Amino acid sequence: MKKEKILDNEYLEMDLLLEGIYRKYGFDFREYSGVHLKRRLSHRLSVSGLKSFTQILHRVIYDEEFFKLVLLDLSINVTEMYRDPAFYLTLREKVVPYLSTYPFIKVWHAGCSAGQEVYSDAILLEEEGLLGRTQIYATDFNERILKEAGEGIYPIENIKAYTENYQKAGGKASFADYYSANYDSAIIKPALREHILFSFHNLVTDGVFGEMNMIFCRNVMIYFNKELQNRVLKLFHESLVPGGFLCLGSKESLKFSEVEDRFEIVSAAQKIYRKKR
Amino acid sequence: MKKIRAVVIGTSAGGLNALSRIIPELDKDFPAPLILVQHMSPDGSNYTVSLLDRQSELTVKEADEKEIPKAGTIYVAPPNYHLLVERDGTLELSVDPRINYSRPSIDVLFETAAEAWGEELLGIVLTGANSDGSKGAEKILAMGGRVLVQAPETADAAAMPEAAIKRCKKAEVIPLEEIALWLNINCKKRNI
Repeated sequence: MKKEKILDNEYLEMDLLLEGIYRKYGFDFREYSGVHLKRRLSHRLSVSGLKSFTQILHRVIYDEEFFKLVLLDLSINVTEMYRDPAFYLTLREKVVPYLSTYPFIKVWHAGCSAGQEVYSDAILLEEEGLLGRTQIYATDFNERILKEAGEGIYPIENIKAYTENYQKAGGKASFADYYSANYDSAIIKPALREHILFSFHNLVTDGVFGEMNMIFCRNVMIYFNKELQNRVLKLFHESLVPGGFLCLGSKESLKFSEVEDRFEIVSAAQKIYRKKR
Repeated sequence: MKKIRAVVIGTSAGGLNALSRIIPELDKDFPAPLILVQHMSPDGSNYTVSLLDRQSELTVKEADEKEIPKAGTIYVAPPNYHLLVERDGTLELSVDPRINYSRPSIDVLFETAAEAWGEELLGIVLTGANSDGSKGAEKILAMGGRVLVQAPETADAAAMPEAAIKRCKKAEVIPLEEIALWLNINCKKRNI
């Protein structure tokens, strides 16, 4: 068979798999970018010994445990504490002065994955004297990842890189103040967790998360197609109070989106926006 | 031979040097987009982009997600992101785990570009000290595309070209100083 035809068939099978996952379990990946999905599903194919996406579909329908593995493949977003230190520096300089004037601060980390950036944010707010009057909502659509995020336990070998990032991000103390080491793990200080509520929310299928002063959604939407990106950006716009801040990943932006003119730019380089009043 | 619709390039150690000998020499009406992965430190600024852009008449820029590549423009993977090609030729970025200890990874770019452009893709493996890119180059050939490899004796680091040659018997091996000329001539050709 011609290579193009084989590819057409693979993509057809992948579409049917996504349709099956949606119909059976309600998780909707149909508007994700195809090339990302294909790489992740191909990984599952190669480690499971199955031969095609159709075989994955069959197994997904009849074996919920297997589905959970596939869901994990599709939902893990790799991140680290203080990923992009310059972003956090800018946050301190340009956003914190505004937040400091609010009596109470509500922050939403949408698509929080294993929580590294949530804790980075919490530490920053703590150092700026704001955490005491902040409620952070950290959401993800994968229960297992949410549980991990809530535990706040990370491999000790990552701590060196996190510490470097923390220092570059303008950290005001010693990073070691915020975790305790236990054999091969670093456990985030429980006091930080008291201000964070981890909960289930699916950006694709769930609605507004209300009255936020700041929303973080970094490197999540790059996996979505343009239509879905637009919908999620509108959801963020509706979820923010007037004057609320939206923080995207360094290669994401509001450019060419439908909400572009409803935000002002706080930092073009660090992709920090503010909802117009 | 099919017309070359897009060129993907992968390089690591010594890459900037090699690219400075290629990109500024390309015709200013170069008829295909060039998409480039160079390994670099994750939080570094993209020095490759600013230097090459200054040196050459063609536009050199960091790739944006959902960007549609244009002929005569060089798109460079941003630090700490994989660069992928959607099947319709749109560029995509991801923060998926490192491949071959690298993000961006050359294999990721090559494998996805191979599915997007098939027989009309040219892949180029330049100097580098690891073997990223050889698996992707194999996929480009399997999809009917062509692969050029910088002759190892002309590379600052020979490991990457050597790995690609070992894995891809059909790769064409060319000394660094001839690559720009090869591109100017071969990318102009129409379908024969």
